Amino acid sequence: MANERPDSKRVDQATGTEFVGHEWDGIEELDTPMPRWWVLTFYATIIWAIVYVVLYPAWPMIEKGTEGVLGWTSRGQLAQEMSVADQAQTTFREQLARVPIERLPDDSVLMQRAVAGGAAAFKVNCVQCHGSGAAGSQTLGYPNLSDDDWLWGGDLRAIEYTLVHGIREQGTEGTRTGAMPAFEGLLDAAQLGAVTDHVLSLSGKAKANPAGAEVYAAQCAVCHGANGEGDRAQGSPNLSDAIWLYGSSREQVMQQILNPRMGMMPSWQKRLDPVTIKMLAAYVHSLGGGEDFIEVAQDPETQVDEQP
Amino acid sequence: MNSPDIAGSPGPAKLYEANQTVHNKRIDGPFRRFKWAVMVATLAVYYITPWIRWDRGPYAPDQAVLIDVANRRFYMFGIEIWPHEFYFVAGLLIMAAIGLFLVTTAVGRAWCGYACPQTVWTDLFQHVDRFVDGDRNARTRLDAAPWTWGKVARRGAKWTIYLFIAFWTGGAWIMYFADAPTLTVDFWTGQAAPVAYITVAILTLTTFVLGGFMREQVCVYMCPWPRIQSAMMDEKSLLVTYKDWRGEPRGSLKKARKTPGEFGDCIDCMQCVQVCPTGIDIREGPQIGCITCALCIDACDKVMADIGRPRGLIDYATLEDCKAEAAGEPPRPVWKTLLRPRTIAYSLIWGGIGLALLFALGNRTHADISVSQDRNPPFMLMSDGSIRNSYTLKLRNMQSNPRAMEIALDGPSGAVMWTDTIGSDDAARAQVVEVAADQTLTVRAYVRAPADTNSREITFHITTLDEERETDSGTIRFATPGDTE
Repeated sequence: MANERPDSKRVDQATGTEFVGHEWDGIEELDTPMPRWWVLTFYATIIWAIVYVVLYPAWPMIEKGTEGVLGWTSRGQLAQEMSVADQAQTTFREQLARVPIERLPDDSVLMQRAVAGGAAAFKVNCVQCHGSGAAGSQTLGYPNLSDDDWLWGGDLRAIEYTLVHGIREQGTEGTRTGAMPAFEGLLDAAQLGAVTDHVLSLSGKAKANPAGAEVYAAQCAVCHGANGEGDRAQGSPNLSDAIWLYGSSREQVMQQILNPRMGMMPSWQKRLDPVTIKMLAAYVHSLGGGEDFIEVAQDPETQVDEQP
Repeated sequence: MNSPDIAGSPGPAKLYEANQTVHNKRIDGPFRRFKWAVMVATLAVYYITPWIRWDRGPYAPDQAVLIDVANRRFYMFGIEIWPHEFYFVAGLLIMAAIGLFLVTTAVGRAWCGYACPQTVWTDLFQHVDRFVDGDRNARTRLDAAPWTWGKVARRGAKWTIYLFIAFWTGGAWIMYFADAPTLTVDFWTGQAAPVAYITVAILTLTTFVLGGFMREQVCVYMCPWPRIQSAMMDEKSLLVTYKDWRGEPRGSLKKARKTPGEFGDCIDCMQCVQVCPTGIDIREGPQIGCITCALCIDACDKVMADIGRPRGLIDYATLEDCKAEAAGEPPRPVWKTLLRPRTIAYSLIWGGIGLALLFALGNRTHADISVSQDRNPPFMLMSDGSIRNSYTLKLRNMQSNPRAMEIALDGPSGAVMWTDTIGSDDAARAQVVEVAADQTLTVRAYVRAPADTNSREITFHITTLDEERETDSGTIRFATPGDTE
């Protein structure tokens, strides 16, 4: 627009503003300046931007960006906020570490907080197998933790023990161990059918089968009990109740006798701290099937966990 | 507005009219005294209300009017409102709006003229002007004077008083949101929440600017209410009116003496313009700048009394009355003006909402239950073959004392219930829980029923175990393995 330059000195009489020099059918454009507050705000944003670039990470380079003289990072801020959150929990975690798990139900506030903490930890560590509602999976053979049937015991202490030591975890001292032998080849077809019927009859799902009862007494009663009541010491399931870990159809039961599936659970003592395990135990216990202690430990103080 | 004559002024025409400060003259009269009274009353209500105490027992605050945002409670004397009862507040606001419609329909912009905070504070600041700088003429002179030390001192003093008033305006506002005595101590010892300081700072600034400097411009340019009002007024609404058929043509006393009979009653003394807090000339007719404060009526009546002419050249009158009066007919009685279908309809709506709110207030219960089913998993098969469902119950105790509530089951035959605090050994058809004062208690409830139970629905009934024996219930699904959903 260089050729229109000379015109731009003309001044509009009504407003006292210079013309830009553009004209369309007699309508001319005025060179009205931006309002001063706008210009000042604009300069302020420029100054702000320069200060920001100096103080904060701003400029992308080849390897990494400029760091800024304040040394601020979003990761660092997260770490700081997390540490503040951890600090806020310290008192509670220390309290929880001091209380033996048998005494936990006596302190309802502590118990509630432990259950809440356990619910959070459960969602990170346990839902992969036991499901988000802790209902397990019959197809995959993961136990339901919400019902009132427990393979290894359902009081707080037993649950905590299972969490700490795991089930059939190789190389872990004290892990819960129990094995069901495979009866494939040991029983003929008639014996297998009969004992399956007998097992089903224990919970009223089939008619009594005397032949099966004989096989049961000889082969099964040692672990599962004369009436199928199970044995928690070795994790033998109760065969007389309504809950079946691997299914209650005749085929499923027969399959379990021939080639039994036995689940395993990792030991969590290496992955989680004792307080988190305690909170998990409290949460699982609270799901609705938790059992009371038959007898409270004589000297619970010996069970204090030193590490929060 | 003193609009400059664009066509006649020399130099380039101004497309933007700079604001001219209004220096209104002091006036005394019945309307000015009424304005004083309203000002004292409204300021008193504003400043004193948060300090009124109201005993609600040991579990609730003792401030009569308190908007407890943190705890989500709204206290107003004997009434305590929870968030789910916010319709009471909505109803009150609707009543306030319809009340405003009613007043506007009947007596015009009475709200604008007397009770609006902008009007009250502007009035207050104009009195400060008068107190520091003198009356109209002195102020106009000082405005035009160069910036001497004396003017700096006067301005400094005036703005300091402005700031002081503005600060107390903000300072009183925050008292409605926390216990006033505690907050006062906290505020001055630096212990109050940042939001308190920020609120005071913002309100100080807005009061200082809106009351000290913008004044009538807020009414003319910013406020939507004058625009909305024109939809509510008709020829039967009271307006401050200059009776031009009586006043025109204007002429000074001298001229009138020379040629009697040629001039109207208006002697063009400009008193009505000089006392106007918004700086308008009422003789130009009804206009948006007129807030109907009636100070011009006081001024004109005084002048008319001085020169021995009848009062009411400027007066509260309806357009219809004006027309009748100009035609020489007798004016309609005031009650006829006020009682007309529109005002009656507004009154009925206003009263109807008020009665409905009172009815709702009298009938509301202070105990509630809400029920939700925990659906992950929807049901649980127990080892004895029975079915367990779990529910989250929220028990609401809206009284300021702890109450025991009985939760009773209805529905599935043979069902029993226990909770997260009551063990399954104590499972029963009904359980009793204690709900703290003014709190909602969340209970996780477990319900076990035989597999062949007859009902797919379950109802939780609560009954407070006190003299009131208030009840409420919630019905929800009882899931079983037979469900196909």
